Amino acid sequence: MVDGIRPKSLKKALEILSEQQFTIMASGTDLMVQRARGFALAPEFEKPLLFIEHLSELKKIYIENDEIHIGACAILTDIMHSEIIPPVLKDIIGQMASPPTRNMATLAGNICNASPAGDSLPYLYAVDAKIVLQSSDEKRTMHVSEFITAAKKTVLKANELVTDIIIPNKVYSHNVYRRLGQRKGMSLTKASLLGMADIEEGKIIDIRIALGAVSAIIARSKEIEESLKNKKTEDLKTDVAEILAKYDPLIKPIDDARSTAKYRKKVSLNLIKDFLENLN
Amino acid sequence: MKIDFTLNNKEISIDVDANRRLLDLLRDDFGMKSVKEGCGEGECGACVVLVNGRSMNSCMLPAGAIIGKSVVTLEGFKHTERYKAIESGFLKAGSVQCGFCTPGFVISTESLLNENPHPTDDEIKEALSGNLCRCTGYNMIVKGVRLAIEMGEGLW
Repeated sequence: MVDGIRPKSLKKALEILSEQQFTIMASGTDLMVQRARGFALAPEFEKPLLFIEHLSELKKIYIENDEIHIGACAILTDIMHSEIIPPVLKDIIGQMASPPTRNMATLAGNICNASPAGDSLPYLYAVDAKIVLQSSDEKRTMHVSEFITAAKKTVLKANELVTDIIIPNKVYSHNVYRRLGQRKGMSLTKASLLGMADIEEGKIIDIRIALGAVSAIIARSKEIEESLKNKKTEDLKTDVAEILAKYDPLIKPIDDARSTAKYRKKVSLNLIKDFLENLN
Repeated sequence: MKIDFTLNNKEISIDVDANRRLLDLLRDDFGMKSVKEGCGEGECGACVVLVNGRSMNSCMLPAGAIIGKSVVTLEGFKHTERYKAIESGFLKAGSVQCGFCTPGFVISTESLLNENPHPTDDEIKEALSGNLCRCTGYNMIVKGVRLAIEMGEGLW
């Protein structure tokens, strides 16, 4: 029998986590499916479950010091409808799963699941989102790229909970999010691009490009982005081949049931090309 | 694990495994057979129920996560005026063929209209995007929702 505990507060949850190992459970949209055993059967878990979805401390969405804090248990629907969330993130969330699943799923769950196809990850990598982890005696904050170490792997310790995701309170002048799936709704991503830029008087001031589902985690190069700063957008068409050649080695997709490595590579480069050529 | 929740407005207190799927709990322990298992992985929407007024996939929701919540299935919802409007709309538009997906569509329609009583066609399609139907081709279902909104004007 798999038992479960539903602590009354975050403090209590952290205390319990410091004493015993648990599988941390919000509304189960990843875990219940990953552990499914088939028709009419309960999923199996080795450890007891710690239910956290109800913790009000983890549901807040607010601005502090010009940063947006998103509580680990805020559901996607509420994040999407929050007035303080940047429009491009709303757009991304609006394309994730389906309304009933968005009524259950959380951003923290998407991060902790650490799938290269996790649809919130290109954005979180592009803005250098920070993840706040808490245990009963420590609080640490790190960039999402430090939190996720490999596909399906994070640095979360057994006594820790993700409590907050912090993103900059910033909207770029140019935002493009494109995802390729088998269908528009309810499909897993084959390849995706999140491109954001600030352009002033035809010149790139800031640019962020992150690619999903085409590497062990998320493909992004601060070095290439840095080299694009101060470039005139009108020069991008002539330079695009050279820029794509730089991105090429970062894109290391795999063949799987959803697509082939060859297709993913080609469309990812095309998505970058399309993003750059349409900046003006 | 002790689970206290309300099911179709009735207070329930049970002791079940925390990892049980709400879907199985509803069908096997409470006989709520309107809740269907289609894909079992949150893609088809046949198992959608209302939890605190919002649609959720009961195949992915563990029993431990419904403590203190209000769960409504079609068995409870069917006694409401809102249901009657949706039923009339669906009947008139021919939104039902084999019927397996229908409870999920009805619940998703209620979840939509509860938040947005006057949706556009695109908003209806978006709201129903988590429900699969292999019979109707969807147009009749969207039409059914449209008619339900007209017939149930003022209910949402």
